[in-house]
Amino acid sequence: MNIPTTILTLLAGITITLLSLWLGQNNNLLPIAASDNAAGVDSLFNAMLAISVGLFFLVQGLIVIAAIKFRQQPGDESDGPPIHGNIPLEILWTAIPAVLVLGISVYSFEIYNQMGGLDPMDHSAHMKPAAVQVAMQTDAMAGGLLADGTSADPNRPNFAAGVGAKPGQMDPADVTVNVMGLQYAWIFTYPETGSVSGELHIPVGQDVELDITAQDVLHAFWVPQFRLKQDAIPGKTTQLRFVATQPGTYPIVCAELCGSYHGGMRTQVFVHTPEEYEQWKQTQIASGIETEAIAMAPPSDSQSDGEFLEPFAEAMAMDMSPEMMHQMHAGSSHS
Amino acid sequence: MTQTVQENLPGSSPPPAHGHHKPTTWKTYFTFCEDHKVIGIQYLVTSFIFYLIGGALAVGVRAELATPQVDVVSRELYNQLFTVHATVMIFLWIVPAGTGAFGNYLLPLMIGARDMAFPKLNAVAFWMIPPAGILLIGSFLVEAPASGWTSYPPLSLVSGQFGEMCWILSLLILGTSSILGAINFSTTILKMRRPGLQLTQMPLFCWAMLAASALMLISTPVLAGAMILLSFDLIVGTNFFNPAGGGEPVVYQHMFWFYSHPAVYIMILPVFGMISDILPVHARKPIFGYKAIAYSSLAISFLGLIVWAHHMFTSGTPPWLRMFFMVATMIIAVPTGIKVFSWVATIWGGKLRLNSAMLFSMGFVSMFVVGGLSGVMVASVPFDIHVHDTYFIVAHLHYVLFGGSVFGLYAGIYHWYPKMTGRMMSELWGKIHFVLTFIGFNLCFMPMHWLGLQGMPRRVAEYDPQFATVNLICSIGSFILAISTIPFVVNAVWCWVKGEKAPSNPWNAISLEWQTESPPIPTNWEGDPPLITDPYAYGLKPGRKAIGAIRGSDLWAAKP
Ligand code: HEM
Ligand SMILES: [Cu+2]
Ligand SMILES: [Cu+2]
Repeated sequence: MNIPTTILTLLAGITITLLSLWLGQNNNLLPIAASDNAAGVDSLFNAMLAISVGLFFLVQGLIVIAAIKFRQQPGDESDGPPIHGNIPLEILWTAIPAVLVLGISVYSFEIYNQMGGLDPMDHSAHMKPAAVQVAMQTDAMAGGLLADGTSADPNRPNFAAGVGAKPGQMDPADVTVNVMGLQYAWIFTYPETGSVSGELHIPVGQDVELDITAQDVLHAFWVPQFRLKQDAIPGKTTQLRFVATQPGTYPIVCAELCGSYHGGMRTQVFVHTPEEYEQWKQTQIASGIETEAIAMAPPSDSQSDGEFLEPFAEAMAMDMSPEMMHQMHAGSSHS
Repeated sequence: MTQTVQENLPGSSPPPAHGHHKPTTWKTYFTFCEDHKVIGIQYLVTSFIFYLIGGALAVGVRAELATPQVDVVSRELYNQLFTVHATVMIFLWIVPAGTGAFGNYLLPLMIGARDMAFPKLNAVAFWMIPPAGILLIGSFLVEAPASGWTSYPPLSLVSGQFGEMCWILSLLILGTSSILGAINFSTTILKMRRPGLQLTQMPLFCWAMLAASALMLISTPVLAGAMILLSFDLIVGTNFFNPAGGGEPVVYQHMFWFYSHPAVYIMILPVFGMISDILPVHARKPIFGYKAIAYSSLAISFLGLIVWAHHMFTSGTPPWLRMFFMVATMIIAVPTGIKVFSWVATIWGGKLRLNSAMLFSMGFVSMFVVGGLSGVMVASVPFDIHVHDTYFIVAHLHYVLFGGSVFGLYAGIYHWYPKMTGRMMSELWGKIHFVLTFIGFNLCFMPMHWLGLQGMPRRVAEYDPQFATVNLICSIGSFILAISTIPFVVNAVWCWVKGEKAPSNPWNAISLEWQTESPPIPTNWEGDPPLITDPYAYGLKPGRKAIGAIRGSDLWAAKP
């Protein structure tokens, strides 16, 4: 009936290994993966989870066994064995974690590179001239309306890293959207159509670039299903570049404390199928036809600022839900 | 190991004349007393009162989060609650309790000194704490700070000048107190050891305090700098950090975390040291790998200074910087792992006395491991981009700070209470306290990992209804945690007055602080303190008296 300890240890080791490997693959801990970055992040998470679960059970198991097996027996006032250390064992438990964290570091580096984290972000030079102009126009608008115009410079002096283009990807993104965080809403400006909205609309399967900034305080743009987050910083533009892979509607969450309504600073991203996206774009162009014309015109045109801004203001008001307006209002009266 | 107890070396300072100190009564604790033992207890009781206040604020936070809507408190008050909660817990409870209370009480006793190097400075450092705490908590009467314990500009510049200024002043005072404390700890350890006592013969708590003091001395001035610049932006209207005037908010983050990452090690290193000293006593076995534990404290202290930007992986920091800080952070897991495995090896094969101090110590190791593992996860940049500023971080930081530091502080209180008060605590109530704390803690914080992964950001008063059930579970856990402090407080207060009298060495421990009366006399020892070159010499050796049979008096009567 007495099983040798070596066999028991071996069995425990195998069980813990299998359990952690299984949990590493079969945990439902993350929400669905809806961007091309998500798969890499998820496999990284799964690997780290497997290692963590293994180490967790190892340490907890030893502590629990010690508590049961080595607890003081009634009446035993003696001491344990005078063992002061064991150099090979100590080398082993220094080396194994060192190898593990170096492995995780290399793996993380690799995933980060694949995501586009190491992208030096000098894609502005490759931008199509029309797009540059539109972008400049819209930013100028943002500058006038929202007291910030730093990203208007094509050389982008205040541009900060987020997650950029995938390695080897030299072209500018298919779709660029300017994102502005303010207490307590997100405003999305689409240079292509010149329209403005309070929710983000993007096509599935296309390379999307978000140029993110903030008007007042720090915010953070987070879509859990994309596994992407980036702070929105006043006076700076930060970038996220990704391909949405699953059509659907996902929450956009503000992840940086921005004031009393921070918890309410949420909106949605619509990932459209190509047809839906075309359709949505058409409605935007239809409602903002002058916008388009104005935006396409060279900046030296003889229009006054007021005329220039009018359509934008209209589009913004149209697209913003009443609650959002209410929140913005409530927020400003509290801050 | 060489002989444990050696004769006293000639030349150790003679005890000061009697009557130098007035006898200690309860009134002494309300005076500007220079006795390190009085100051240690002043720190401990004061910081524990702040802990209760911080805990009450946390209950307010969790009550609000029990439902997805904003219903219990207003949004503004909610932000004030979590801001003051975190500030109190970090700067008024864990830092002063870990360093101030145990550092002051134990260091001189462990190294055979009669007091700290600078007793007056010590008293000054303590008396800075109550006003700073009152300022911070009193701000609720007008308007409390509301921009988080990190207080990032520009939000901190626009969310209420009064509260923010109270926060800054309070932190400046506490930071100064902490620097004064660190000067005292490091000087005492390096210069005040009983003649003949080598650094490598000190209890490991002393090593941990040395490592923590280095961090306090190097990093706290940078926090002070950040606070001063922030206050200029706030009241004078300068633009150091205000982008509206061309300032750079991210620079504040660098300065803040240059202090606040080391601060997490200021909060955990002393506790690491305490655990290293408690486990061997109740496991009746020497500490496993003394040198590895001692040097890993120094390694953690050094590495802790070069990882701060891991809090800024989404702040628009350059890619190379993120990669550097990722790898540096990962490496910290190695010295941390050494400690954890050494602790496990220490209890393995021992004869464990599963009393309250031991339960909290073992609870510490098992909970801290969870936080360490999630720490490595969040150090990975791609994954951290997803979970930064979410409930996953809240879970991580509570596993290390509550499961780690607070469990360790409780272990320390149960272990050294007899020495400090001369009374024993009730074991039964101690065990009830442990069980309630352990259950409440895990119920409250384990589910938060899931919340963060699924998409719940931190510092929100309202959240997506899909998270309602899990948040309710967390809130119930937090209420159990709140209740769990009651048996502790009752036990500690009752036994201080009415508890069974403690012998001088109730745990049959070897280290020096136990080789004097409980509580120690004002000069710590009658005559010279004994020289103990191996404070961990547990274990039966043939031909030796069983350690259980040795009394303190045997040890110091070992003169020729
Ligand atoms: C293996 C050791 C550890 C590693 C690798 C680690 C890593 C990290 C990282 C990367 C973050 C930033 C995550 C983010 O905000 O996105 C973090 C946050 C934090 N850690 Fe750790 N950590 C470790 C141990 C500790 C310890 C020992 C403590 C304190 C006793 C601690 C306290 C905290 C706190 C308080 C925060 C959150 C700060 C805030 O944003 O409010 N950590 N940790
Ligand atoms: Cu926010
Ligand atoms: Cu840190």
